[in-house]
Amino acid sequence: MATMRDIKRRRDSIQSTEQITKAMKLVATVKLQKSRAKAESAKPYFNLMYDTMSSIISKSGAVRHRYLQAGASPKKAVITITSNRGLAGGYNNNIVKLVNSELPAADTMVYAIGRKGRDGLARRGYKIQGDYSEVINDPLYQDAAELTGVLLEAFARGEIGEIYLAFTTFKNTVVHTPKLLKLLPVELPERGQAADGQEPKARAIMDYEPDDETVLDAIVPKYMSSLIYGALLESLASENGARMTAMDSATSNAEEMIEDLSLQYNRARQGAITQELTEIVAGANAIGG
Amino acid sequence: MADLFKLKVVTPDRIFYDGNVSMVELTTTEGDIGVYANHIPATAIVAPGLLKIHEESGQVQKAALMAGFIEILQEQVTVMAEVAEWPEDIDVKRAEEARIRAERRLKDRYPGTDVMRAELALKRAIVRLETKAK
Repeated sequence: MATMRDIKRRRDSIQSTEQITKAMKLVATVKLQKSRAKAESAKPYFNLMYDTMSSIISKSGAVRHRYLQAGASPKKAVITITSNRGLAGGYNNNIVKLVNSELPAADTMVYAIGRKGRDGLARRGYKIQGDYSEVINDPLYQDAAELTGVLLEAFARGEIGEIYLAFTTFKNTVVHTPKLLKLLPVELPERGQAADGQEPKARAIMDYEPDDETVLDAIVPKYMSSLIYGALLESLASENGARMTAMDSATSNAEEMIEDLSLQYNRARQGAITQELTEIVAGANAIGG
Repeated sequence: MADLFKLKVVTPDRIFYDGNVSMVELTTTEGDIGVYANHIPATAIVAPGLLKIHEESGQVQKAALMAGFIEILQEQVTVMAEVAEWPEDIDVKRAEEARIRAERRLKDRYPGTDVMRAELALKRAIVRLETKAK
């Protein structure tokens, strides 16, 4: 049986761990509120961007454009959005697992945003083509636009044939789902059909100013950067949510352990006192007898 | 009174404008356009310029519109803007400084000057100042 001193030392150590997890939970909660508000205020733009894009493509008839067709190269690029710091439960690992199950390591190039995902994928033999980990600390639209530029250049040079985006969608504080989205070639709900599955009511063909090629050249990068920016904001909110949940359960686990250890400690103390008393009584009896 | 249509102007951070309007004027890469209801479906690229929204009440709202694209449908017009600013959001001093800086860069033309970028910066500064002035 552990001695009183051992139990006490262990309890103290758990107590200080609990203090740390509690503090981290509070920090994550505050950050979550901020990042969540940001993600939510940005959401209409991305939904609308997606809808508008769907509507443009569905009305464009048989427009052939390089951004709407897979490139010749079998190589795929994937942007992985994870965090720079750990202690966020399965948040980072989920993205790594998702990428690993969907895209083979041999012909995938990783553009990593977030150190944890970068390291996890590098360990599994993925080639890390670019590292933009500092972006996740404070995502700006500009960052997303820059990354889009880099990727589109590689696409135009024929180095990559498809571009994917792996991020975590934020449903609410406890539900976040990892998601893999194909960015290029632009793939939207069934061409020729509206997003909600209805027959397109406007038969009119979209008119492009000045012409379809120029317009798509300009719009697709904007579409991509806004999707990346939206994914960054959602992932950041998810990260803080995941960390908050993880730290919350760590705190309650610590509390439980402290309770157990306190009980053990008190029992040991009581045992020690009883033993001491028995010894004294026995000693007194021996003298008096 | 002209027919009304739904106009939405959104930027990455917020819904900039959402309402029924009778006409909207803006600048595209092909020149200035004005859109009434029942326009044929079209998509165009937005160039830096003044955005004029003619509201139902006859009031005209002005804003600076920098980049993005516009989707015109018969019953709805969507402007996906990268940057849009109401006159009260514009910092005149900053815009004035940006204008001077861009003009200087265009005048001196040191080797390595990104002329396109400087021209765009100048354009943006001028649009901001015009929006504020009117």
